[in-house]
Amino acid sequence: MIDVNRQGEVWVFAEQHNGKLEDTPLELMSKARRLADTLGVKLAAVLLGSDIKDLTIKLIQFGADKVYVVKHPLLQSYQTNSYAKVMLDLIHKHKPQIVLYGATVTGRDLAPRIASAAKAGLTADCTDLQIGDHKTAKDKKLHKNLLFQIRPAFGGNIIATIINLDRWPQMATVREGVMPMPEPDVTRQGEIVTENITITPEDLPLEILAEHKRPKKVDLKAARIIVAGGAGVGSRENFKLIWDLANCLGAAPAASRAAVDLGFIDRDHQVGQTGTTVRPSLYIAVGISGAIQHQAGMSQSQKIVAINNDPNAPIFQVAHYKIIGDLNGIVPKMIKTIKEKSIKEEMAINPVEALRLSNEVKV
Amino acid sequence: MGYNCVVLVKQVPDTKRISGKVMNDDGTVNRSALPAIFNPEDLNAIETALQIKDKFTGRLVVISMGPPSAAAILRESLFRGADETILISDPGCAASDTLATSYILSCAVKKLDYDIVLCGRQAIDGDTAQVGPQLAEKLGITQISYVEELTELVGRTITVRRNIGNGWQQVKASLPVLLTVTSDANEPRVAAAKKMMKYKNALTPIEAEQKIKSENPQANSSEVKKLVERKCGELKEKGLLIKHWNLNDISADMTWCGQSGSPTKVHRIQSVVLAAKQSKEIQPTDEGIADMIHELIEDKTIA
Repeated sequence: MIDVNRQGEVWVFAEQHNGKLEDTPLELMSKARRLADTLGVKLAAVLLGSDIKDLTIKLIQFGADKVYVVKHPLLQSYQTNSYAKVMLDLIHKHKPQIVLYGATVTGRDLAPRIASAAKAGLTADCTDLQIGDHKTAKDKKLHKNLLFQIRPAFGGNIIATIINLDRWPQMATVREGVMPMPEPDVTRQGEIVTENITITPEDLPLEILAEHKRPKKVDLKAARIIVAGGAGVGSRENFKLIWDLANCLGAAPAASRAAVDLGFIDRDHQVGQTGTTVRPSLYIAVGISGAIQHQAGMSQSQKIVAINNDPNAPIFQVAHYKIIGDLNGIVPKMIKTIKEKSIKEEMAINPVEALRLSNEVKV
Repeated sequence: MGYNCVVLVKQVPDTKRISGKVMNDDGTVNRSALPAIFNPEDLNAIETALQIKDKFTGRLVVISMGPPSAAAILRESLFRGADETILISDPGCAASDTLATSYILSCAVKKLDYDIVLCGRQAIDGDTAQVGPQLAEKLGITQISYVEELTELVGRTITVRRNIGNGWQQVKASLPVLLTVTSDANEPRVAAAKKMMKYKNALTPIEAEQKIKSENPQANSSEVKKLVERKCGELKEKGLLIKHWNLNDISADMTWCGQSGSPTKVHRIQSVVLAAKQSKEIQPTDEGIADMIHELIEDKTIA
């Protein structure tokens, strides 16, 4: 634990594996940049690893003023102990006021180990971060410029704002996909600070025997349009409707947890509290009742179309377009309409073809 | 030889089956709207421990920190095959965040003889996944989180496969270790009927006292005390006593427990109110759907 340090920097743990940065710390940079600006302090990325040469520039382009680099052959692969040891050494040396981690498997494995050793606070899976003031109820003392760590709890039914008054650093992990990725600024300049920390084989209690990367079958976060099916779709066979609609829209197929649990589609496609958080231009929810856990992962979509035969389905509360009725009738109609529209559009693009057709009509 | 396993479990509100209002008007959580259940992934942790016990023998101790009512999940643990159960319940535990909770649990686990400590990956009320790793740090042992398969246990060496988000990794470590177990690890066995018959009468001393009081409404406090002592003695003899430890029993330093031991505080809690958006009802007819698609193309939502 470190004392309250108003001059302390804002830190982001720059998670990388095999020389490639994860998305989440990069997504975090724009928010962390704003926090640092509000507090009038520097934003630093903390980069640990072995083969990490090109990553410092990238972190600066994404908003860091400074990058602390700890390069060591024994840091090649992530291990809880070695990474926690390095982070703790750096925290005690530089006394940052805020340390943020992506809520990836690695972030969620590492941050609590650090928090426990530092006897500092940690809030998991934040969906937003702000700077604000807090008055303690007992002594009416005003604590200015604290990190508001905002997260859903009780399965998404409540939103809690958590603070850490005086057992700093203020630490949080931040959910994947809830913050938009900033645009890199290639002209940005920053400082690179190389740190030497002793690491011995005793700091590596694990032997990594094998590792298998499984590329995600679908990138929901990058999709502009998402077509998601729920338990209401009825079967894995009938889920073809979702794939078909997604195909004709160039959309990504997705699902509620219920549909995934029923085996209609692979877990990579799951949207919601325990799946991926998405914010596409268009989200079409088919046969999804819209439990609060599902809404937590998609309510930020710009336009939402909901199809459900239950007029009281909660999904309708967040929908811009509600269609009450049988999805087995409605989805094929949508596919047909979209296909017709896209044929007309093609004609518009191809004037010769369009002319020929219109001539035929004249004849 | 065999392996001694300690499993940490939590009774949680069933956040997926919420009836009525989740929040009281004063901003506190309305627990009565939330039925209490065994945290799902803690059952996977117990199952992993039972498989170790089945194969290698050893002792399985299940610990839960919570209110006296958490005895229910300890009974369930006995139904499944736990050898011993311990409830950590003390007013000083109230308002503990994950750091204080892991400190309290570490004080309890340190009193036991263990080779492998197991937790569910996370609890469904907070979804933090923090207590497991924090407990491992407090015990000063190796942690392996997100375990989806126990591959091999040979002598003092354990090999597991863990989920790393976009794939898996197989790791080997020397005991003692703490594992956090995911729902992919196994299918938790159902309670055994024979064990259920035996352990349905298992009680904590608090429950025994409540029972004695309701059966002997006339008894004065010294008589009750005597009866409770006798009852607990009987229960213990039959292996039906769920141990109760308070913070004193586990030599916990109060400054690291409850409110004072918790660096994180709640600034504000808000109920999630789903604001009805400006919405349009579309008729499920050809025309209705065509109009909607047209609108979405017009405003460039569909490219």
